[in-house]
Amino acid sequence: MAIAATPEIGSQELEDLKQRYSDKGFIVTNVNNLINWARTGSLHWMTFGLACCAVEMMHVGTPRYDVERMGAAPRASPRHADVMIIAGTLTNKMAPALRKAYDQMAEPRYVISMGSCANGGGYYHYSYSVVRGSDRIVPIDIYVPGCPPTAEALMYGILQLQKKIRREGNIVR
Amino acid sequence: MSSPIDLVVQTISEKINPIDVKVINNQIEIIIEPRQIISSFQFLKDSSKCQFRQLTDIAGVDYPDRENRFEVVYHLLSFKNNLRARVKVYIDEGSAIDSLTSVFPCANWFEREAFDMYGIQFNDHPDLRRILTDYGFEGYPLRKDFPLSGNVEVRYNEIEKKIVYEPVKLQQDYRHFDIQSPWEGTTYKEEEQDGNGGK
Repeated sequence: MAIAATPEIGSQELEDLKQRYSDKGFIVTNVNNLINWARTGSLHWMTFGLACCAVEMMHVGTPRYDVERMGAAPRASPRHADVMIIAGTLTNKMAPALRKAYDQMAEPRYVISMGSCANGGGYYHYSYSVVRGSDRIVPIDIYVPGCPPTAEALMYGILQLQKKIRREGNIVR
Repeated sequence: MSSPIDLVVQTISEKINPIDVKVINNQIEIIIEPRQIISSFQFLKDSSKCQFRQLTDIAGVDYPDRENRFEVVYHLLSFKNNLRARVKVYIDEGSAIDSLTSVFPCANWFEREAFDMYGIQFNDHPDLRRILTDYGFEGYPLRKDFPLSGNVEVRYNEIEKKIVYEPVKLQQDYRHFDIQSPWEGTTYKEEEQDGNGGK
């Protein structure tokens, strides 16, 4: 942007600038806003379906709920994904694989823990083979309760994550 | 004329000399000696009267108080006769049992599971290693003396940058739901100490 002096946010000068450029088919905005808009609008989720929650996670992508209209689409590879949805029971045997997939994701990365089992072990809390909460393995941004949570609940979780990204509002995490 | 199930039972008791044969809910239950296992199953599979061609499952059962601690239960299906049979074998903790893989190839993974969960050893098994539990898992989780929550739990170690195993430390005690009716509720430890608990 070839502007000599940066106008203050909310100043008359900026408003004039916006007015002047919008007539010519341009939008004047803040870089942070633009980046947050892009991030919240393209939350590609990595499907980590581990149990029955995975079925509800599939529903959220199908036409009835159609989370793609919010810009969230499933990606098969962790390297393409922005958010990992841990949908189901995380077992001890799966834990290193989950961490490996998480480590491959590019920053900024987010994790949604879906359902009781991923949140805190749930029904299998006292089991010998289940991780008592996936937050022991990866940092979690949003916990979606339920057993399994409905597709609506997961969609609400995704909306909450978008809200969280907007509120953080900075480029460096 | 006797029914097909009686015919099968009669054939079994004559030919394979089991410890016991009985019919429960139209299903045949056969108890045999561990050493007879290969010949018995070969007969049950191949004999024209039985034709138990499918081995649907192998289960293990742990009875710690018995002299022969483990019970291995083989579930057979005869599609031809529309019949199911259970074959039971009692074995001790230290002793091994012959693998059925030579008769029913599908026994391979079933026996691996029984080995994984109970530590039951199978002779001449082509690949007897754990199938379900974690890599490097210790103990046999379905034995009665195995603690419910196991011995180790996993956590990601931020310093070592890897998953580490640690002794189990439960954040919340076990709860007991052995209540008479759901309306009366359960009694907790503190209430019991106060003398308020119970009915």
